Amino acid sequence: MSSSFLLGNTIRKANSEALKLMLGADPVLVDVVTASEAIPELEEGMILHSGPPIDWDRMCGPMRGAVAGIAVFEGWANDLSEAEHLAESGAFKLRPNHDFGAVGPMTGMTTLSQPVMVVKNRTNGNHAYCTINEGLGKVMRFGGNDASVIKRLCWLRDKLGPVMGAALRSGKGIELKPLVARGLTMGDEMHQRNLGCSSLLLRTLAPDLSRNVDDRDELSEMLAFIGSNDQFFLNVAMALGKSMMDPVCNIEGSSVVTAMSRNGTDFGIRVSGLGDEWFTSPVEMPEGLYFPGFSAEDANPDMGDSTIVETIGLGGFAMAASPAVAGFVGAGSPSSASDFTHIMGEITLTKNPEWTIPSLDYQGVPTGIDIRLVVETGIAPTINTGIAHCKPGIGQVGAGVVKAPLACFEKALRALAIRLGV
Amino acid sequence: MTKTSKNPKGETKVPDNNDIHTLLEGPPRVINIGLSSFADDLKKQDIEMVNLDWSPPARGNVELANLLSKLFYK
Repeated sequence: MSSSFLLGNTIRKANSEALKLMLGADPVLVDVVTASEAIPELEEGMILHSGPPIDWDRMCGPMRGAVAGIAVFEGWANDLSEAEHLAESGAFKLRPNHDFGAVGPMTGMTTLSQPVMVVKNRTNGNHAYCTINEGLGKVMRFGGNDASVIKRLCWLRDKLGPVMGAALRSGKGIELKPLVARGLTMGDEMHQRNLGCSSLLLRTLAPDLSRNVDDRDELSEMLAFIGSNDQFFLNVAMALGKSMMDPVCNIEGSSVVTAMSRNGTDFGIRVSGLGDEWFTSPVEMPEGLYFPGFSAEDANPDMGDSTIVETIGLGGFAMAASPAVAGFVGAGSPSSASDFTHIMGEITLTKNPEWTIPSLDYQGVPTGIDIRLVVETGIAPTINTGIAHCKPGIGQVGAGVVKAPLACFEKALRALAIRLGV
Repeated sequence: MTKTSKNPKGETKVPDNNDIHTLLEGPPRVINIGLSSFADDLKKQDIEMVNLDWSPPARGNVELANLLSKLFYK
């Protein structure tokens, strides 16, 4: 029996195991707790960010703005200027969310006192975490850091987070797989369109929220906050994705991608058979549509851990479910949305029978990105994304589509070959 | 068009002069493989055409294509 045959068999078996773990995951939103409770390794001065590792010196504008803002929020600096000075001096420990079972959208700030949603993968028993979505406009995930941004973070910490936690603990948790399945039939792709799932989540959560808030005005404010944010579910979907993919890490020989993420400077991927190693390349600029008053000149390169949703077959991979988002992100006509999903089928190993798309005759979303298929075809994963302003403190300026850099996949392929003795 | 039905299995008939002449009769029918810009030009001229979206493995990178041939072994 040839060594090549044995090698092919090893990869095939490893990928089969990876797909079994992905498709067999049972993610449930079970709690909201402070990040320090969820992630014991967090300490004073430690800031988790999106994407692969990066130092202050190489951070882009919005990421720097968010680091300064979160330091003020945590009380580590009196103002933004002092925070930036501290960051420059190396006073903060900057680490990727992904190393701590967490994910965060855009800048992805996660620190001690922030509330994080907890998703438990009941099949494997692991947990994943993500902060609560702040809403639209000037927000920290897009680099916003003024008093209004900090005030909202305080409200999330002191009011909504604890109440959401109590509400979730009083029930059995919210099963997320069926929620996403319904969202796909309602026009969501779970990255740039979460209208259906956000509505379903609020509908499910509202009764238990109501039981945990005495003050009617406070309850009204919370319901309005969630109800007015079409993207509220994004952070839930991200924690769901992380809970699905973490058990897939470290399967010897597997060529399945377990994470795709960007920090505004670098794009990075992780591959099951290569453990926690990041394979990076300079991140690309999204192509998209801009809010009134902004243009491509204002845009920051691609950013955020939210690409975990593409890693599990949603977002750009599920574009066919969401013709409306194709127009929103400037990807073309609504009728062309299905083209994106078909093409992503060329670089994935299977289709998810539980997450189906009505307009494709209930075909499942393309699932299990194989680095071999990406390199062979030259087809880069399509990502739906928000676009941040390149300067700190301004926020979101548009939405668009971006391609994952092929160089990440080529580097990973070479590393996998070495790992397997080729 | 060439007629291959009379040829032994596995052999391709070399077109004779008559076949070549028939190729030049009537409008061209084209299969474009690879560069879509060629297909776009033909489309503009309303020429009947099928476009096959194809590129060499690993975008023509021989080193990566060799690795893939080993990692894809079935």
